[in-house]
Amino acid sequence: MAKTIICRCEDVSLEDLIEGFRAGFHDLESLKRYTGFSTGFCQGKSCTAHAARFLSALRGGDDVVADPPRTRPLLHPTSAASFAGQITPGSDRKPT
Amino acid sequence: MKDRADLVIIGGGVIGLSLAYHLAKMGFSDIVILEQGYLCFGASGRNGGGVRQQWSTEDHIELSRQSVAMFRNLSRETGYNIWFRQGGYLFLARNAEMAAQLEQNVKLQNRVGIPTRLLSPAEAQGLVPGLNTQGVEVCSYNGSDGVLFPWPAVWGMAEMAKQLGVEINTFTRVTDIDIKGRTIAKVLTDRGAVATQRVVNAAGGWSWQIARMAGCELPNKPYRHEILVSEPLRPFLHPMVSDLSDGTYFSQTMRGEICGGISDPEEGSSMSTSSSFRFLNRMCQSMIHLLPTLAGVKILRQWAGYYDVTPDGNPILGKVNEVDGFIQLNGFGGHGFMLAPIVGKLAAEWVLRKSEHPIFSKYNLNRFKSGEVKKESLVIG
Ligand SMILES: Cc1cc2nc3c(=O)[nH]c(=O)nc-3n(C[C@H](O)[C@H](O)[C@H](O)COP(=O)(O)OP(=O)(O)OC[C@H]3O[C@@H](n4cnc5c(N)ncnc54)[C@H](O)[C@@H]3O)c2cc1C
Repeated sequence: MAKTIICRCEDVSLEDLIEGFRAGFHDLESLKRYTGFSTGFCQGKSCTAHAARFLSALRGGDDVVADPPRTRPLLHPTSAASFAGQITPGSDRKPT
Repeated sequence: MKDRADLVIIGGGVIGLSLAYHLAKMGFSDIVILEQGYLCFGASGRNGGGVRQQWSTEDHIELSRQSVAMFRNLSRETGYNIWFRQGGYLFLARNAEMAAQLEQNVKLQNRVGIPTRLLSPAEAQGLVPGLNTQGVEVCSYNGSDGVLFPWPAVWGMAEMAKQLGVEINTFTRVTDIDIKGRTIAKVLTDRGAVATQRVVNAAGGWSWQIARMAGCELPNKPYRHEILVSEPLRPFLHPMVSDLSDGTYFSQTMRGEICGGISDPEEGSSMSTSSSFRFLNRMCQSMIHLLPTLAGVKILRQWAGYYDVTPDGNPILGKVNEVDGFIQLNGFGGHGFMLAPIVGKLAAEWVLRKSEHPIFSKYNLNRFKSGEVKKESLVIG
Protein backbone atom coordinates (compact mmCIF):
# COMPACT_ATOMS: atom_id res chain seq x y z
CA MET A 1 0.00 0.00 0.00
CA ALA A 2 1.20 3.51 -0.71
CA LYS A 3 2.75 5.35 2.18
CA THR A 4 2.01 9.02 2.86
CA ILE A 5 5.14 10.84 3.98
CA ILE A 6 4.56 13.87 6.23
CA CYS A 7 8.16 14.75 7.05
CA ARG A 8 10.82 13.91 4.52
CA CYS A 9 13.79 14.89 6.68
CA GLU A 10 12.91 12.50 9.48
CA ASP A 11 10.88 10.03 7.44
CA VAL A 12 7.66 10.42 9.39
CA SER A 13 4.58 8.94 7.76
CA LEU A 14 0.87 9.53 8.20
CA GLU A 15 0.70 6.17 9.99
CA ASP A 16 3.28 7.44 12.45
CA LEU A 17 1.11 10.48 13.17
CA ILE A 18 -1.93 8.29 13.72
CA GLU A 19 0.05 5.99 16.00
CA GLY A 20 1.26 8.99 18.00
CA PHE A 21 -2.26 10.34 18.25
CA ARG A 22 -3.50 6.96 19.51
CA ALA A 23 -0.68 6.92 22.06
CA GLY A 24 -2.15 10.10 23.53
CA PHE A 25 -0.18 12.88 21.82
CA HIS A 26 -3.06 15.15 20.84
CA ASP A 27 -1.46 18.56 20.42
CA LEU A 28 0.92 19.63 17.68
CA GLU A 29 3.88 20.25 20.00
CA SER A 30 3.63 16.82 21.61
CA LEU A 31 2.97 14.99 18.37
CA LYS A 32 6.00 16.73 16.86
CA ARG A 33 8.21 15.53 19.67
CA TYR A 34 6.80 12.02 19.72
CA THR A 35 7.06 11.37 15.98
CA GLY A 36 10.03 13.64 15.26
CA PHE A 37 8.46 15.56 12.39
CA SER A 38 9.88 19.07 12.14
CA THR A 39 13.05 18.13 14.03
CA GLY A 40 15.26 17.48 11.01
CA PHE A 41 17.13 19.45 8.40
CA CYS A 42 14.28 21.79 7.38
CA GLN A 43 13.08 22.32 10.97
CA GLY A 44 9.44 22.03 10.02
CA LYS A 45 9.28 24.32 7.01
CA SER A 46 7.87 21.64 4.76
CA CYS A 47 6.02 19.37 7.18
CA THR A 48 4.39 21.34 9.98
CA ALA A 49 1.47 22.47 7.86
CA HIS A 50 0.79 18.92 6.63
CA ALA A 51 1.02 17.52 10.14
CA ALA A 52 -1.31 20.23 11.44
CA ARG A 53 -3.85 19.47 8.75
CA PHE A 54 -3.93 15.76 9.54
CA LEU A 55 -3.94 16.34 13.29
CA SER A 56 -6.86 18.71 12.91
CA ALA A 57 -8.74 16.02 10.98
CA LEU A 58 -7.96 13.45 13.69
CA ARG A 59 -9.40 15.88 16.21
CA GLY A 60 -12.60 16.34 14.25
CA GLY A 61 -11.68 19.67 12.70
CA ASP A 62 -10.24 21.45 15.75
CA ASP A 63 -7.93 24.41 15.30
CA VAL A 64 -4.57 22.94 16.25
CA VAL A 65 -2.41 25.94 15.37
CA ALA A 66 -3.91 28.58 17.64
CA ASP A 67 -0.57 28.44 19.50
CA PRO A 68 1.80 27.05 16.84
CA PRO A 69 5.29 25.70 17.55
CA ARG A 70 7.75 28.52 18.01
CA THR A 71 9.98 29.39 15.09
CA ARG A 72 13.59 29.40 16.29
CA PRO A 73 16.86 30.25 14.62
CA LEU A 74 18.47 29.02 12.39
CA LEU A 75 16.66 29.78 9.18
CA HIS A 76 18.88 27.31 7.32
CA PRO A 77 21.39 24.80 8.68
CA THR A 78 24.64 26.78 8.75
CA SER A 79 28.15 25.79 9.75
CA ALA A 80 29.26 26.60 13.27
CA ALA A 81 32.25 28.41 11.79
CA SER A 82 29.93 30.97 10.16
CA PHE A 83 29.01 32.21 13.61
CA ALA A 84 32.42 31.98 15.17
CA GLY A 85 34.42 34.36 13.05
CA GLN A 86 36.31 31.40 11.66
CA ILE A 87 36.67 30.01 8.17
CA THR A 88 35.52 26.48 7.42
CA PRO A 89 38.56 24.34 6.64
CA GLY A 90 38.74 23.64 2.93
CA SER A 91 36.39 26.44 1.97
CA ASP A 92 37.66 28.96 -0.55
CA ARG A 93 36.56 31.99 1.44
CA LYS A 94 39.49 34.04 2.65
CA PRO A 95 39.45 36.16 5.77
CA THR A 96 39.23 39.84 4.85
CA MET B 1 -10.89 17.17 35.80
CA LYS B 2 -11.33 15.91 39.36
CA ASP B 3 -12.57 18.58 41.79
CA ARG B 4 -10.84 17.09 44.82
CA ALA B 5 -7.61 15.21 45.50
CA ASP B 6 -5.36 14.13 48.36
CA LEU B 7 -2.45 15.85 46.70
CA VAL B 8 -2.13 18.41 43.93
CA ILE B 9 1.18 18.74 42.09
CA ILE B 10 1.71 22.03 40.28
CA GLY B 11 4.05 21.45 37.33
CA GLY B 12 4.11 18.49 34.97
CA GLY B 13 7.89 18.56 34.58
CA VAL B 14 10.19 15.68 35.40
CA ILE B 15 10.22 16.54 39.12
CA GLY B 16 6.43 16.58 39.58
CA LEU B 17 6.02 13.50 37.40
CA SER B 18 8.71 11.55 39.21
CA LEU B 19 7.07 12.31 42.55
CA ALA B 20 3.65 11.28 41.24
CA TYR B 21 5.02 8.10 39.71
CA HIS B 22 6.75 7.02 42.90
CA LEU B 23 3.79 7.89 45.10
CA ALA B 24 1.50 5.89 42.84
CA LYS B 25 3.90 2.94 42.91
CA MET B 26 3.67 3.06 46.71
CA GLY B 27 -0.11 2.85 46.45
CA PHE B 28 -0.97 6.54 46.82
CA SER B 29 -2.58 7.76 43.63
CA ASP B 30 -5.30 10.28 44.52
CA ILE B 31 -3.13 12.88 42.83
CA VAL B 32 -3.93 15.63 40.35
CA ILE B 33 -1.09 17.14 38.30
CA LEU B 34 -1.70 20.59 36.86
CA GLU B 35 0.45 21.62 33.91
CA GLN B 36 -0.06 24.88 32.04
CA GLY B 37 1.39 23.59 28.75
CA TYR B 38 2.04 20.23 27.13
CA LEU B 39 4.33 17.70 28.82
CA CYS B 40 7.89 18.82 28.02
CA PHE B 41 6.89 22.51 27.86
CA GLY B 42 9.15 23.44 30.79
CA ALA B 43 12.87 22.92 31.34
CA SER B 44 12.27 19.17 31.35
CA GLY B 45 11.63 19.29 27.61
CA ARG B 46 14.39 21.79 26.83
CA ASN B 47 17.49 20.45 28.55
CA GLY B 48 20.64 18.73 27.36
CA GLY B 49 19.96 15.40 29.06
CA GLY B 50 23.31 15.37 30.82
CA VAL B 51 23.59 12.97 33.76
CA ARG B 52 26.73 13.22 35.84
CA GLN B 53 27.94 12.13 39.23
CA GLN B 54 30.89 14.52 39.30
CA TRP B 55 29.84 17.06 41.92
CA SER B 56 31.47 18.97 44.74
CA THR B 57 29.06 18.05 47.55
CA GLU B 58 28.55 14.58 48.94
CA ASP B 59 24.75 14.91 48.74
CA HIS B 60 24.75 15.69 45.03
CA ILE B 61 27.20 12.87 44.33
CA GLU B 62 25.17 10.34 46.28
CA LEU B 63 21.81 11.47 44.86
CA SER B 64 23.04 11.42 41.28
CA ARG B 65 24.67 8.02 41.82
CA GLN B 66 21.29 6.61 42.79
CA SER B 67 19.58 8.41 39.90
CA VAL B 68 21.97 6.84 37.40
CA ALA B 69 21.03 3.39 38.68
CA MET B 70 17.35 4.32 38.27
CA PHE B 71 17.82 5.77 34.77
CA ARG B 72 19.47 2.52 33.73
CA ASN B 73 16.17 0.76 34.44
CA LEU B 74 13.75 3.44 33.30
CA SER B 75 13.36 2.32 29.66
CA ARG B 76 12.52 -1.23 30.67
CA GLU B 77 10.25 -0.05 33.46
CA THR B 78 8.21 2.39 31.38
CA GLY B 79 8.41 0.99 27.86
CA TYR B 80 9.76 4.33 26.60
CA ASN B 81 13.33 4.16 25.34
CA ILE B 82 15.17 7.03 27.01
CA TRP B 83 18.33 6.45 24.96
CA PHE B 84 20.59 6.62 27.99
CA ARG B 85 24.20 6.38 26.84
CA GLN B 86 26.96 6.26 29.45
CA GLY B 87 29.83 7.78 27.51
CA GLY B 88 31.22 9.66 30.51
CA TYR B 89 31.80 13.32 31.34
CA LEU B 90 35.15 14.99 30.75
CA PHE B 91 35.81 18.23 32.67
CA LEU B 92 38.67 20.51 31.64
CA ALA B 93 40.46 22.76 34.16
CA ARG B 94 42.62 25.62 32.89
CA ASN B 95 44.14 27.11 36.02
CA ALA B 96 45.57 26.01 39.33
CA GLU B 97 42.45 26.90 41.28
CA MET B 98 40.14 24.87 39.07
CA ALA B 99 42.63 22.02 38.98
CA ALA B 100 42.71 21.99 42.78
CA GLN B 101 38.92 21.95 42.85
CA LEU B 102 38.78 18.98 40.49
CA GLU B 103 41.34 17.12 42.56
CA GLN B 104 39.34 17.68 45.70
CA ASN B 105 36.09 16.67 44.00
CA VAL B 106 37.64 13.48 42.64
CA LYS B 107 38.73 12.45 46.14
CA LEU B 108 35.23 13.04 47.46
CA GLN B 109 33.63 11.23 44.53
CA ASN B 110 35.95 8.25 44.96
CA ARG B 111 35.02 8.07 48.62
CA VAL B 112 31.32 7.86 47.69
CA GLY B 113 32.16 5.10 45.17
CA ILE B 114 32.25 7.05 41.89
CA PRO B 115 35.34 5.97 39.90
CA THR B 116 36.28 9.45 38.62
CA ARG B 117 39.93 9.83 37.54
CA LEU B 118 42.17 12.78 36.88
CA LEU B 119 43.53 12.73 33.35
CA SER B 120 46.47 14.53 31.79
CA PRO B 121 45.66 16.61 28.68
CA ALA B 122 47.28 13.89 26.55
CA GLU B 123 45.08 11.22 28.10
CA ALA B 124 42.03 13.39 27.45
CA GLN B 125 43.02 13.56 23.79
CA GLY B 126 43.02 9.79 23.78
CA LEU B 127 39.36 9.89 24.80
CA VAL B 128 38.39 12.72 22.46
CA PRO B 129 40.62 12.66 19.39
CA GLY B 130 41.22 16.16 18.10
CA LEU B 131 40.49 17.85 21.44
CA ASN B 132 42.43 21.08 21.76
CA THR B 133 44.10 20.87 25.15
CA GLN B 134 46.20 23.99 24.80
CA GLY B 135 46.16 25.73 28.17
CA VAL B 136 44.46 22.80 29.90
CA GLU B 137 46.11 21.83 33.19
CA VAL B 138 44.20 18.73 34.11
CA CYS B 139 40.93 16.95 33.35
CA SER B 140 38.58 14.72 35.29
CA TYR B 141 36.69 11.85 33.75
CA ASN B 142 34.04 9.44 34.94
CA GLY B 143 32.89 6.85 32.42
CA SER B 144 29.56 6.08 34.09
CA ASP B 145 28.21 9.61 33.58
CA GLY B 146 26.19 10.02 30.41
CA VAL B 147 23.42 11.60 28.37
CA LEU B 148 19.80 10.67 27.77
CA PHE B 149 16.88 11.91 25.69
CA PRO B 150 14.63 13.85 28.08
CA TRP B 151 11.32 13.61 26.20
CA PRO B 152 10.74 9.84 26.43
CA ALA B 153 11.86 9.92 30.07
CA VAL B 154 9.13 12.49 30.78
CA TRP B 155 6.50 10.60 28.80
CA GLY B 156 7.43 7.28 30.37
CA MET B 157 7.02 8.57 33.90
CA ALA B 158 3.76 10.30 32.95
CA GLU B 159 2.37 7.16 31.31
CA MET B 160 3.24 4.97 34.30
CA ALA B 161 1.74 7.49 36.73
CA LYS B 162 -1.45 7.61 34.65
CA GLN B 163 -1.73 3.85 34.51
CA LEU B 164 -1.47 3.79 38.29
CA GLY B 165 -4.34 6.25 38.69
CA VAL B 166 -2.75 9.72 38.70
CA GLU B 167 -4.70 12.39 36.80
CA ILE B 168 -2.51 14.56 34.60
CA ASN B 169 -4.12 17.73 33.27
CA THR B 170 -2.12 19.46 30.57
CA PHE B 171 -3.04 22.93 29.27
CA THR B 172 -4.36 23.73 32.73
CA ARG B 173 -2.87 26.82 34.34
CA VAL B 174 -2.92 27.42 38.07
CA THR B 175 -4.10 30.96 38.75
CA ASP B 176 -4.28 31.04 42.54
CA ILE B 177 -4.18 29.03 45.74
CA ASP B 178 -6.98 29.51 48.21
CA ILE B 179 -5.77 29.40 51.82
CA LYS B 180 -7.80 29.59 55.05
CA GLY B 181 -5.59 30.48 57.97
CA ARG B 182 -2.65 28.09 57.69
CA THR B 183 -4.54 25.49 55.70
CA ILE B 184 -4.85 25.07 51.94
CA ALA B 185 -8.46 24.91 50.75
CA LYS B 186 -8.18 24.67 46.99
CA VAL B 187 -6.12 25.29 43.91
CA LEU B 188 -7.72 27.48 41.27
CA THR B 189 -7.06 26.97 37.57
CA ASP B 190 -8.33 28.32 34.28
CA ARG B 191 -10.34 25.07 34.00
CA GLY B 192 -11.89 25.04 37.47
CA ALA B 193 -10.82 24.40 41.07
CA VAL B 194 -9.41 21.36 42.86
CA ALA B 195 -10.05 21.05 46.59
CA THR B 196 -7.04 19.71 48.49
CA GLN B 197 -5.04 20.24 51.64
CA ARG B 198 -1.66 19.38 50.16
CA VAL B 199 0.07 21.08 47.27
CA VAL B 200 3.51 20.44 45.80
CA ASN B 201 5.24 23.36 44.13
CA ALA B 202 7.14 21.64 41.33
CA ALA B 203 6.89 24.56 38.94
CA GLY B 204 10.60 24.92 38.11
CA GLY B 205 11.37 28.41 36.78
CA TRP B 206 7.85 29.51 37.75
CA SER B 207 8.06 28.21 41.33
CA TRP B 208 8.53 31.73 42.75
CA GLN B 209 5.15 32.69 41.24
CA ILE B 210 3.38 29.64 42.67
CA ALA B 211 4.90 30.34 46.10
CA ARG B 212 3.51 33.88 46.01
CA MET B 213 0.03 32.51 45.33
CA ALA B 214 0.38 30.77 48.71
CA GLY B 215 1.76 33.88 50.38
CA CYS B 216 5.37 32.63 50.55
CA GLU B 217 8.58 34.07 49.16
CA LEU B 218 11.21 31.85 47.59
CA PRO B 219 14.74 33.09 46.90
CA ASN B 220 14.66 31.21 43.57
CA LYS B 221 15.18 33.21 40.40
CA PRO B 222 14.57 32.07 36.83
CA TYR B 223 17.46 32.47 34.40
CA ARG B 224 17.26 31.89 30.67
CA HIS B 225 19.68 29.18 29.58
CA GLU B 226 20.28 28.76 25.86
CA ILE B 227 21.29 25.62 24.03
CA LEU B 228 21.78 24.48 20.44
CA VAL B 229 21.78 21.34 18.36
CA SER B 230 23.62 20.40 15.18
CA GLU B 231 22.82 18.15 12.26
CA PRO B 232 23.24 14.45 13.10
CA LEU B 233 26.72 13.02 12.62
CA ARG B 234 28.19 9.54 12.69
CA PRO B 235 28.92 8.64 16.35
CA PHE B 236 32.42 9.91 17.16
CA LEU B 237 32.25 11.76 20.46
CA HIS B 238 31.98 9.54 23.51
CA PRO B 239 31.99 11.75 26.60
CA MET B 240 30.21 14.99 27.34
CA VAL B 241 32.98 17.62 27.19
CA SER B 242 32.79 20.53 29.58
CA ASP B 243 35.22 23.42 29.99
CA LEU B 244 35.14 24.81 33.52
CA SER B 245 36.66 28.12 32.49
CA ASP B 246 33.61 29.34 30.55
CA GLY B 247 30.99 26.70 31.30
CA THR B 248 30.88 25.31 27.77
CA TYR B 249 29.46 21.81 27.50
CA PHE B 250 28.56 19.61 24.55
CA SER B 251 27.86 15.97 23.89
CA GLN B 252 26.70 13.77 21.06
CA THR B 253 23.15 12.50 21.40
CA MET B 254 22.02 9.04 20.37
CA ARG B 255 20.55 10.69 17.28
CA GLY B 256 24.07 11.80 16.41
CA GLU B 257 23.54 15.52 17.02
CA ILE B 258 25.99 17.69 18.89
CA CYS B 259 23.99 19.36 21.65
CA GLY B 260 25.36 21.93 24.07
CA GLY B 261 25.46 25.31 25.72
CA ILE B 262 27.66 27.77 27.59
CA SER B 263 27.45 29.90 30.74
CA ASP B 264 26.85 33.58 30.27
CA PRO B 265 27.95 35.78 33.18
CA GLU B 266 25.99 38.70 31.70
CA GLU B 267 22.66 36.88 31.70
CA GLY B 268 20.37 38.40 34.31
CA SER B 269 17.28 36.81 35.78
CA SER B 270 14.28 37.06 33.46
CA MET B 271 11.16 35.30 32.30
CA SER B 272 12.37 35.11 28.70
CA THR B 273 13.05 32.04 26.58
CA SER B 274 14.02 33.95 23.44
CA SER B 275 17.07 33.02 21.37
CA SER B 276 20.07 35.33 21.08
CA PHE B 277 22.78 35.75 18.46
CA ARG B 278 25.21 36.40 21.29
CA PHE B 279 24.75 32.84 22.51
CA LEU B 280 25.17 31.36 19.04
CA ASN B 281 28.37 33.34 18.55
CA ARG B 282 29.90 32.51 21.93
CA MET B 283 28.94 28.86 21.81
CA CYS B 284 30.22 28.30 18.27
CA GLN B 285 33.50 30.02 19.10
CA SER B 286 33.99 27.99 22.22
CA MET B 287 33.10 24.59 20.79
CA ILE B 288 35.28 25.10 17.73
CA HIS B 289 38.13 26.18 19.96
CA LEU B 290 37.76 22.98 21.98
CA LEU B 291 37.18 20.66 19.05
CA PRO B 292 38.25 22.30 15.77
CA THR B 293 36.67 19.54 13.64
CA LEU B 294 33.26 20.96 14.65
CA ALA B 295 33.88 24.08 12.51
CA GLY B 296 32.11 22.63 9.47
CA VAL B 297 29.25 21.06 11.38
CA LYS B 298 25.92 22.66 10.59
CA ILE B 299 23.83 24.05 13.42
CA LEU B 300 20.13 23.27 13.04
CA ARG B 301 18.42 24.98 15.93
CA GLN B 302 18.87 26.97 19.11
CA TRP B 303 16.33 27.38 21.90
CA ALA B 304 16.14 28.24 25.59
CA GLY B 305 14.56 27.28 28.89
CA TYR B 306 14.74 28.31 32.53
CA TYR B 307 17.24 27.40 35.18
CA ASP B 308 15.45 27.79 38.52
CA VAL B 309 18.40 29.15 40.50
CA THR B 310 18.80 29.32 44.28
CA PRO B 311 21.46 31.31 46.17
CA ASP B 312 23.51 28.22 47.11
CA GLY B 313 22.98 26.07 44.00
CA ASN B 314 21.00 23.51 46.00
CA PRO B 315 17.29 22.77 45.62
CA ILE B 316 14.50 23.87 47.95
CA LEU B 317 12.84 20.82 49.47
CA GLY B 318 10.15 20.18 52.04
CA LYS B 319 7.84 22.30 54.17
CA VAL B 320 7.47 26.05 54.60
CA ASN B 321 6.76 27.87 57.84
CA GLU B 322 3.73 29.88 56.72
CA VAL B 323 1.34 27.28 55.24
CA ASP B 324 0.67 23.66 56.24
CA GLY B 325 0.84 21.09 53.47
CA PHE B 326 2.64 23.37 51.00
CA ILE B 327 5.61 21.33 49.82
CA GLN B 328 8.56 22.68 47.84
CA LEU B 329 10.34 20.58 45.23
CA ASN B 330 12.10 23.20 43.15
CA GLY B 331 15.27 25.22 42.65
CA PHE B 332 17.09 22.54 40.67
CA GLY B 333 19.10 24.97 38.53
CA GLY B 334 20.77 23.23 35.61
CA HIS B 335 20.73 19.74 37.05
CA GLY B 336 17.17 18.83 37.98
CA PHE B 337 16.71 16.24 35.31
CA MET B 338 19.48 14.02 36.53
CA LEU B 339 18.29 14.25 40.14
CA ALA B 340 14.60 13.68 39.36
CA PRO B 341 14.38 9.88 39.76
CA ILE B 342 15.87 9.74 43.24
CA VAL B 343 14.38 13.03 44.47
CA GLY B 344 10.93 11.85 43.36
CA LYS B 345 11.36 8.58 45.18
CA LEU B 346 12.68 10.13 48.39
CA ALA B 347 9.99 12.80 48.32
CA ALA B 348 7.31 10.13 47.89
CA GLU B 349 8.62 8.30 50.97
CA TRP B 350 8.76 11.59 52.84
CA VAL B 351 5.19 12.58 51.87
CA LEU B 352 3.92 9.17 53.02
CA ARG B 353 6.05 9.41 56.17
CA LYS B 354 7.73 6.11 55.30
CA SER B 355 11.10 7.67 55.98
CA GLU B 356 12.53 11.07 56.73
CA HIS B 357 15.56 11.52 54.51
CA PRO B 358 17.82 14.30 55.86
CA ILE B 359 17.66 16.29 52.59
CA PHE B 360 14.15 17.48 53.49
CA SER B 361 15.37 19.27 56.58
CA LYS B 362 18.82 20.20 55.29
CA TYR B 363 17.56 21.75 52.05
CA ASN B 364 14.51 23.28 53.67
CA LEU B 365 13.82 26.94 52.95
CA ASN B 366 14.84 27.79 56.51
CA ARG B 367 18.49 27.12 55.70
CA PHE B 368 18.84 30.64 54.35
CA LYS B 369 18.11 31.91 57.85
CA SER B 370 20.59 29.60 59.57
CA GLY B 371 23.11 29.59 56.70
CA GLU B 372 24.47 26.10 57.22
CA VAL B 373 24.60 24.46 53.82
CA LYS B 374 27.70 23.95 51.67
CA LYS B 375 27.39 25.67 48.32
CA GLU B 376 27.53 23.48 45.23
CA SER B 377 30.45 24.91 43.29
CA LEU B 378 30.46 22.67 40.23
CA VAL B 379 27.57 24.39 38.50
CA ILE B 380 27.66 24.72 34.72
CA GLY B 381 25.69 27.24 32.70
C1 LIG C 1 18.84 24.55 28.28
C2 LIG C 1 18.84 23.72 29.53
C3 LIG C 1 19.77 22.69 29.67
C4 LIG C 1 19.77 21.89 30.82
N1 LIG C 1 20.63 20.82 30.89
C5 LIG C 1 20.48 19.92 31.90
C6 LIG C 1 21.24 18.73 31.93
O1 LIG C 1 22.06 18.48 31.04
N2 LIG C 1 21.04 17.86 32.95
C7 LIG C 1 20.12 18.09 33.94
O2 LIG C 1 19.98 17.27 34.84
N3 LIG C 1 19.39 19.22 33.95
C8 LIG C 1 19.55 20.14 32.95
N4 LIG C 1 18.79 21.28 32.95
C9 LIG C 1 17.91 21.55 34.09
C10 LIG C 1 16.67 20.68 34.05
O3 LIG C 1 16.06 20.77 32.79
C11 LIG C 1 15.72 21.15 35.14
O4 LIG C 1 16.37 21.24 36.37
C12 LIG C 1 14.54 20.18 35.31
O5 LIG C 1 13.95 19.87 34.07
C13 LIG C 1 13.54 20.80 36.25
O6 LIG C 1 12.37 20.05 36.24
P1 LIG C 1 11.08 20.67 36.91
O7 LIG C 1 10.04 19.62 36.80
O8 LIG C 1 11.42 21.20 38.24
O9 LIG C 1 10.75 21.96 36.03
P2 LIG C 1 10.01 22.12 34.63
O10 LIG C 1 10.33 21.03 33.69
O11 LIG C 1 10.25 23.51 34.17
O12 LIG C 1 8.51 21.92 35.03
C14 LIG C 1 7.77 22.90 35.70
C15 LIG C 1 6.43 22.94 35.04
O13 LIG C 1 5.57 23.78 35.78
C16 LIG C 1 4.66 24.31 34.88
N5 LIG C 1 4.00 25.49 35.47
C17 LIG C 1 4.59 26.66 35.82
N6 LIG C 1 3.69 27.53 36.27
C18 LIG C 1 2.49 26.90 36.20
C19 LIG C 1 1.15 27.28 36.52
N7 LIG C 1 0.87 28.50 36.99
N8 LIG C 1 0.17 26.38 36.31
C20 LIG C 1 0.44 25.13 35.82
N9 LIG C 1 1.68 24.73 35.51
C21 LIG C 1 2.70 25.59 35.69
C22 LIG C 1 5.51 24.67 33.69
O14 LIG C 1 4.75 24.79 32.51
C23 LIG C 1 6.50 23.52 33.64
O15 LIG C 1 6.15 22.52 32.69
C24 LIG C 1 18.82 22.14 31.85
C25 LIG C 1 17.91 23.19 31.72
C26 LIG C 1 17.91 23.97 30.57
C27 LIG C 1 16.92 25.08 30.44
